Amino acid sequence: MAKYTLNINGKIHEVEADPSTPMLWVLRDHLNLVGTKYGCGIAQCGSCTIHLEGTATRACMLTVASVGNQSITTIEGLSEEGDHPVQKAWLEVDVPQCGYCQAGQIMTASALLEKNPSPSDEEIEMAMNGNICRCGTYTRIKKAVKLAAGSK
Amino acid sequence: MSQQNENNTIGRRAFLRNSSLAGGGLILGFSWLNSCKPKVAEAVGMEIEMPEEWYEINSYLKIGENGVATIYCPNPEFGQGVMTSMPMLVAEELDIAWEKVMVEIAPYDAEVYGRQFTGGSQGIRTRWEGLRTVGASAKQMLKEAAAKQWEVPVSEISTADGVLTHDPTGNTLGYGDVASAAMEITVPEEVTLKSPKEFKIISNSKKNVEGKQIVTGKPMFGVDYQYEGALVAMAAHPPAFGLKLKSFDATQAKSMPGIVDVFQIKTYADDYQRNFFDTNAFTDLVVVVGKSTWEVMNAKKKLDVEWEPFADYEYSADRFGNKSQVKVPSGLESTDAHYAKMEELAAKPGQVVRKDGDPDEAFKKAAKVIERSYTCPFLAHNCMEPMNFFAHVTDDGAKLAGPLQAPMLIEGAIAASLGLPPEKVDIEMTRMGGGFGRRAYAHYAVEAGLISKKVKAPVKLVYSREDDMTFGIYRPSYQATYRAALDENNNLVAFHVKAGGIPETPIFADRFPAGAVDNYMAEQWEHNSNITIGAFRAPRSNFMAGVEQAFLDEVAELAGKDPIAFRLELLDRAMTNPVGENNDYEADRLAGVLKLVRDKSDWGTEKQGVFRGVAAYFCHNTYAAHVIDVVKANDGTPRVENAVCAMDCGIVVNPDAAANMCEGGIVDGVGNAMYGGLTFRDGATQQDNFDKYRIIRHSEAPKNIEVHFVQNEIDPTGLGEPPFPPVMGALANALYKAEGRRFYNQPFISDKPELIG
Repeated sequence: MAKYTLNINGKIHEVEADPSTPMLWVLRDHLNLVGTKYGCGIAQCGSCTIHLEGTATRACMLTVASVGNQSITTIEGLSEEGDHPVQKAWLEVDVPQCGYCQAGQIMTASALLEKNPSPSDEEIEMAMNGNICRCGTYTRIKKAVKLAAGSK
Repeated sequence: MSQQNENNTIGRRAFLRNSSLAGGGLILGFSWLNSCKPKVAEAVGMEIEMPEEWYEINSYLKIGENGVATIYCPNPEFGQGVMTSMPMLVAEELDIAWEKVMVEIAPYDAEVYGRQFTGGSQGIRTRWEGLRTVGASAKQMLKEAAAKQWEVPVSEISTADGVLTHDPTGNTLGYGDVASAAMEITVPEEVTLKSPKEFKIISNSKKNVEGKQIVTGKPMFGVDYQYEGALVAMAAHPPAFGLKLKSFDATQAKSMPGIVDVFQIKTYADDYQRNFFDTNAFTDLVVVVGKSTWEVMNAKKKLDVEWEPFADYEYSADRFGNKSQVKVPSGLESTDAHYAKMEELAAKPGQVVRKDGDPDEAFKKAAKVIERSYTCPFLAHNCMEPMNFFAHVTDDGAKLAGPLQAPMLIEGAIAASLGLPPEKVDIEMTRMGGGFGRRAYAHYAVEAGLISKKVKAPVKLVYSREDDMTFGIYRPSYQATYRAALDENNNLVAFHVKAGGIPETPIFADRFPAGAVDNYMAEQWEHNSNITIGAFRAPRSNFMAGVEQAFLDEVAELAGKDPIAFRLELLDRAMTNPVGENNDYEADRLAGVLKLVRDKSDWGTEKQGVFRGVAAYFCHNTYAAHVIDVVKANDGTPRVENAVCAMDCGIVVNPDAAANMCEGGIVDGVGNAMYGGLTFRDGATQQDNFDKYRIIRHSEAPKNIEVHFVQNEIDPTGLGEPPFPPVMGALANALYKAEGRRFYNQPFISDKPELIG
């Protein structure tokens, strides 16, 4: 066990955890931020995507010990009122079916648009390819990403 | 599931009686624990001012003094959209503005809410009349309350958008104004429901009522369930089918940080009579309980467990009243051996399940005969939210919560395993992160209950992805051989299908083209296995549709006919002069979706570099037809560029959400046909996570999907399953055009020679 000071969603959190603990479980079990989802544990599905210093990162393979003072944003901190352009576009297009993967999809999409405000279809596919949606909402996700890109 | 087709619509009188009996009891089920239910203030996507007082009109509906209504969705939600579409049915007849509606999932109470089951695409179909009756009877009670207050005949009162108007005077009252008085009104015996022309909410797209919670990451799923002091549990099951627990040493695991206990559980007692959904290959598990997920995961790796092969055994089952002994064979099975066995059995005569005319003679006399064989592998459901369940078992009873499709199917097993009467078992249905049939087999809820009872604490059992993918309940592996005979004029004169699988046959003897051919035969065979199987989105149809439609494409080609024109020709025969009496489809509606997809896709126009395939199918009471366009990338990788889909599900309750469901079904169909497959070696799956089990991804999904619905006023049927099965056929037929060879074995990516990509 070790103590860590983490900067999550603009707030400082003190956490005591084994250094090997993935941020996914620190968020879910220690901090009660359960919007970040477990899907595979091996960075293959993207359900646990968070922003680490603004970059889309799989929280299931990011150990708490490796975070240091880098800032973390989770779905809960993407916007205060749930009105980030990507979230609004998701609602406008009515993307979700089961909804389980969507926080991860939104985190990947929002990181993409920060770096590339008007991505091509191919760039969207490339950036989003690590996020599985088992319900198959891919065409709507792409539509929502483009809508969000247009609205920024 | 698809074969049951039970119509459990509650009779109107019984339904209303139950609804009125339950009045007042509704809130109780919610009170005694912190639930992860969404806060409803944003349920339809906008802020709603909460009322100070709620008045329960019936067990599906309460109205606040400010005119806001809460509608309870009786069936569990796994992404099919019932939390939006079912309350739409109530709101329509209630005559309330959708913006004043909040939605919550109902408590599990089968006596009040009937069949609280998500599966078989039966939700909307079976709730269509009942839920509208709920709304209409509540409206009638509100009208009668207003009539009393105004001292006017109820016939002079009209309703719209939550407002009661006394037509002669123009006086108005809000629903909230009379909600309290309406509670005292006798539930009407009979109500008149609207005609489709009067619909204001039904058939007008409404957004997902939980959309806002989803995109903001609110706790909604079983795995998010919050409870003070809850421990985390994980369970180790045998690494292969054919093995059982022999012994274990918990010493090291118990010494790991955060670990509370390590012990064995047995899901079903030896004499427990299992129902159809109590499927479970691994009833003896080693459980690790601890304080946090990561600690439990690590301790589970330190378990020292010995497994051993089991001998053949039997268990007693009661499957919808059919009592039997189910035989479980011993052995460590492999995919290679499965395919060899399927080939062997396919070559032998099967059990004839339908025969029209004289197929033998017709094949002998035919001008042309074509025979083709098809296979598919086992599939894992791979819901994005792995199996999990919360349980808190005390001497007083059991509280369970989590993702499941059919609480009534597991309640008995939970009660039996805990030694409690069923009425002491309370089950809360959380939103499910996918289901696809998997969560109709909720053995994990039984496990959670047993674990909580043993550790005497609230516990959340969670499966790792590996646990989830290797625990069983798969789509079976199937094989089908088709033969068709054409006469000298290229008319289809005989049709023969023989299909089987491990461990069940996929055949539907009475589906198209049965009824359209004079000489027809269907045969089936099965080969038992210890690998557990279960319903997977459109069970059996998910194989038969694709291979039948791929075969018909080859038959049309052999006959020199356009594939759509060929099918329509057969359907015309089935309409005008059907063969046999038990044909399980309406030929005109099947023809209808084919014609619609033909017209919407501009079928017949050739585009350079675009390769088209078509398929149509009827299952789960709904008709589907797809045209799929494949293009090839520079490196030769085939990709679905475009899909056009035509559906006939009768009245479409929530059109945009219905389109979403069809789009998902098409993506899922392309994904599973192209990439899906679970293979076995020595009883163990060779895939246990998404690095080895290939799920379709963004860059492989169709670029565009168009969905069209046949417009009619037929009572609605479901959409969760029907769009899915024919996709495999349309894709196979498009791939043929693209690659110049036919694809007979799923997944197509590995059908020899292997495809690029």
